[in-house]
Amino acid sequence: MIRYIIKRVVLMIPTLLSVAVLVFFLMRVVPGDIVELRFAGESAFAQKEQLDIERARLGLDQPIWTQFLTWMGGILRFDFGTSMWTGATILEEIRLRFALSLQLAIMATAIAVLLAIPLGVLAAVKQDTWVDYVVRIFSIAGLATPSFWLGIMFILLLLIVFHWLPPMVYTPFWQNPIQNLAQLIWPALAVGYRYSAVATRMTRSALLEVLREDYIRTARSKGLWQQLILSRHALKNALLPVLTVIALEFAFLMGALVVTEQVFNLNGLGLLFVESVAHRDYTLTQALVLLVAFVFIFVNFMVDLAYAWIDPRIRFR
Amino acid sequence: MAIRPADTFAEIPEVATRTSRWWAATRDFARRRPLGAIGAVIVLVNIVVGLGANVFAAYDPLATDYGAMLARPSMAHWLGTDAFGRDVLSRIIFGSRTAMIVGFACAFFGATVGAVIGVASAYFGGKVDLLIQRVMDIFLSFPLIILALAVVSILGTGITNVILAITVPMIPRASLVARSSALSIREMPYVDAARAAGFRHRRIILRHMLPNVMAPYLIMLTAFLGQAILLEASLSFLGLGVAEPTPAWGLMLRGAAVQFAEQAPWMAIFPGLAISLAVFAFNLFGDSLRDALDPKLRTQ
Repeated sequence: MIRYIIKRVVLMIPTLLSVAVLVFFLMRVVPGDIVELRFAGESAFAQKEQLDIERARLGLDQPIWTQFLTWMGGILRFDFGTSMWTGATILEEIRLRFALSLQLAIMATAIAVLLAIPLGVLAAVKQDTWVDYVVRIFSIAGLATPSFWLGIMFILLLLIVFHWLPPMVYTPFWQNPIQNLAQLIWPALAVGYRYSAVATRMTRSALLEVLREDYIRTARSKGLWQQLILSRHALKNALLPVLTVIALEFAFLMGALVVTEQVFNLNGLGLLFVESVAHRDYTLTQALVLLVAFVFIFVNFMVDLAYAWIDPRIRFR
Repeated sequence: MAIRPADTFAEIPEVATRTSRWWAATRDFARRRPLGAIGAVIVLVNIVVGLGANVFAAYDPLATDYGAMLARPSMAHWLGTDAFGRDVLSRIIFGSRTAMIVGFACAFFGATVGAVIGVASAYFGGKVDLLIQRVMDIFLSFPLIILALAVVSILGTGITNVILAITVPMIPRASLVARSSALSIREMPYVDAARAAGFRHRRIILRHMLPNVMAPYLIMLTAFLGQAILLEASLSFLGLGVAEPTPAWGLMLRGAAVQFAEQAPWMAIFPGLAISLAVFAFNLFGDSLRDALDPKLRTQ
């Protein structure tokens, strides 16, 4: 087990490295650099010397390989540099926004799981009845509804029915939990609904498959009650694919947040990402992409570990 | 010129049975999968409305009317007007054209290129397979929308670039699915036979293997259709997709729709409903198609 964990952690390195290489060179291919963009706003005819001075200050005049190695060297020391646009350190730029986006992601996941597992079980147990149809339509609709639009509808509903708007200024959870939740519950619901749809469908189909197994028939013929069979025999075995799907969707969640944060005016990672790409803020974009890739790989790793806990037949090598 | 009645006679029943077989299959599909049939009907309506947008729309989608800004839904403007006095229903109808073009182009190119890469990867195996799969893995660890964002910021906005931006992230997903079903096909005797007959790699991949991954290919295609429409809407909403004044559903939800949400909720409600309905229909149809084509695949 320990050996497996070490092996997996070591295997993360080449993946992250290739993501780093990809994003580094992709950013350099994008036409227009940060210096041009910054001076374009101020005066139409910026001096060429002025542009060159600014480029030299940001280290953009050096050969591309030197730039890449400097950046890589920094990462090894956990020094991601400073944002080319604001001048603040990357860690500072990301820290607060990461807290917000992470909280949102966790809340959305919690909502998704709390909705998906009961609904999926219900649909599977009542297969081909109206309950099943209602749950399936509810989940297909969830896949079809853009989360940003659902967010707009929430705001509209709150405005028209309750004449109330969720607070627009972010308060950290530990400062004022109620204020914090009053703001974040809406985007979490909007994103969580879509997320739950995928998980509901998976729960239903996985459970249906498990319920046809021989050991379920054995449990029934022993005279166990339905609830116990479901919770102890069936659900535990059906959870494996559900967990996989939840982990895979976690990456999409980061994408959904990019758009939904915009609707709720949340200054999270999504907004930061869109801005950093628009500004050609190389250092910040690179750090953000690496962070997203790392979260994705890390979540998948945790899920693989959780497999063993759910299904003891799985052995790691 | 000799007339050969025998041939003409032989021809007619052949055609007739083929059309009637199609008709029977369609009817069977509709009877056994009513939800899928409903989806197919909505999809068809969408396509027809998109193609004939000029005929169905009462107004020019770009025509501004400052006398009727933010007008409520009425007999003149069924779904009201937006902040420039443009008719919302007409814009939704023309937006359907944009959505269908983007949806079909992305799904077709994404699934096809992905399938070819996936099948080739499975066919060659070994180091080639390993290399292709690692490259695909890297692309897969980026969320779809982030990759699309990168492509749009490289190429700029506009409908062709949006299509490219959505297609690129779809390719690795499609290749993964195609590869897994092609792996078993590679072991089939007819592939060995084709190789023994001395056919080129390209011919074996395109003519012998690709047609046999048709079921997963069609399933992916329908799944991608809905996803592409959703992605296009998200990108346009962020201002990174189709550019104003082209009518597109996601674009209609941007800016003024949120700003004037209280006075003119119709601006925010209806384009979103159009997106949801279109994607909902594609998903319903796709799900049923999957069940019909491949009973082994589970209904998720």
